[in-house]
Amino acid sequence: MSDLLDLTAAAAAERVRAKEIDPGELFEAYRERAAADELNAFTWVADGPPAEAPAADAALGGAPLAVKDLFCTEGVPSQSGSRILEGYRPPYTATVVARLHRAGAPLLGKTNQDEFAMGSSTENSGFGPVLNPWDRTRVPGGSSGGSAAAVAAGLAPWALGTDTGGSIRQPAALCGIVGLKPTYGACSRYGMIAFASSLDQAGPLTRDVTDAALLLGQMVGHDRRDSTSLEFPGELTLPSAEDLKGIRLGVPEELTGSEGGVEAGVRERFEATLRLAEQLGASVEPCRLPHAPHALSAYYLIAPAEASSNLARFDGVRYGLRVDGDADLLSMYERTRSQGFGAEVKRRIMLGTYALSSGYYEAYYGTAQKVRTKISEDFREAFEGFDFIVTPTSPWTAFELGSKTADPLAMYLNDFCTVPMSLAGIPAVSIPCGLSEGLPVGFQLAGPAFSEGRLLDVAYALEQAIGFDGSEARR
Amino acid sequence: MLERAQVLHVARLARLELSDDEVERMADELSKVLDHIEKIRELDLRGVQPTSHVIDVAGVLRADEPEPSLPVEAVLASAPEPLEGGFGVPSPGPATA
Repeated sequence: MSDLLDLTAAAAAERVRAKEIDPGELFEAYRERAAADELNAFTWVADGPPAEAPAADAALGGAPLAVKDLFCTEGVPSQSGSRILEGYRPPYTATVVARLHRAGAPLLGKTNQDEFAMGSSTENSGFGPVLNPWDRTRVPGGSSGGSAAAVAAGLAPWALGTDTGGSIRQPAALCGIVGLKPTYGACSRYGMIAFASSLDQAGPLTRDVTDAALLLGQMVGHDRRDSTSLEFPGELTLPSAEDLKGIRLGVPEELTGSEGGVEAGVRERFEATLRLAEQLGASVEPCRLPHAPHALSAYYLIAPAEASSNLARFDGVRYGLRVDGDADLLSMYERTRSQGFGAEVKRRIMLGTYALSSGYYEAYYGTAQKVRTKISEDFREAFEGFDFIVTPTSPWTAFELGSKTADPLAMYLNDFCTVPMSLAGIPAVSIPCGLSEGLPVGFQLAGPAFSEGRLLDVAYALEQAIGFDGSEARR
Repeated sequence: MLERAQVLHVARLARLELSDDEVERMADELSKVLDHIEKIRELDLRGVQPTSHVIDVAGVLRADEPEPSLPVEAVLASAPEPLEGGFGVPSPGPATA
């Protein structure tokens, strides 16, 4: 049992294919761990292995998958962390979940998250907060906090999350695991309960970079059910780089200077990792992303605006909660939404509705979309001189439960280093780069659109040099 | 600072019923967030095209061929009030201002 848990998903899959491990035993080992979850990482856990065993040569070898609650899974609760969808069991399954199932990663359970993915601590879940396995008085980050905590604590070999402004990368950083946000359009959004459609992307949360590459390789590709999805150019192979010779890393002053408020311990780990990169042969130079400091403002207009439109569907008519069904129609809508949504979701719906309302649209939403264009241009120019941009993933390590809930703006600052890449639609990965006062620190690498293969290769070389040990959180 | 009447107007547009406490808190919190966001309006963005799609795509139309959809019963299984093969809703009631 403990042997199984020490294996990465890729290693377990390898042993299943070599017939050294029975996939049913692998599933059950994790199922028992997930069912005994004390972190509130899961909102639902499977009763047993899937009816149909994975094929003997399946790429993912039967390693069970934890899936963020907002992915629709047929017949299984899919609530997006919201009381308004309590008990909702969709009649269909999200494309990426179906693809991973076919590739040999059966559904282990659904993971807790901030309501509709709005948050950076998983404290906005309608089903209670998730605890960080490194320190249970602290948050795991968010919004994919349940997925991150589950993988870090060894309750699941790997997990699916979604990232709109940092919701895979930041919890991965705070839990000491790997989290990748792919290029916008690389993975189908079909069956993901939408937050902000122009930003949402599914991605892997894994114990190491190899697992992330393995899972991503089975997720990507065009889906006729999502017109924004694209065929992934080229093939994704498992990473193998041993050095970083000739790799040019850019460090944007705007995201690593005083403005982002990066903690001393985080800065120290970040700089130590830059030195390691240099030892591996990379060049490390400052670069400029002049509009990046405005990314957060643009994001907090664009994302709420899209959310206010996407969440209009939750009105007590087709699924989920209905309050005061004997009142008139309008009162039923208003009471259902007021009771079903939590405070942060209401705040963002209000902000988005305001930003889109008559007389304000151009000043807010229109301006934000122009800033977004400038941010994309900044990255394009930076990538002319650099292969990858690197920053700390989060300005700070895992913070105490309740310490930022009273101040929405302070919570939003979590996303300072992750939002620019989301707005530009480019891929970015967070890898653990050490501990600061016993808590994990994340190192973020971002590359041009569809550079995932090279990005993971560089992340892999760094990971080997860093030698981070996450086993403490799995005890 | 957002005024109470503005908050109530936006809440109405968003189909949210807010308590008096919520209206006050919302006015305060949204004002703070908007004050922070306002900074982007100082940028010189003359001649900049707004982003419409972050990755260039073209020709995404698929062939328009009929195919089976989900069975009606499966879709209605999670409805609060399935009614004669459709979604039951309360009466729109008297016109509201």
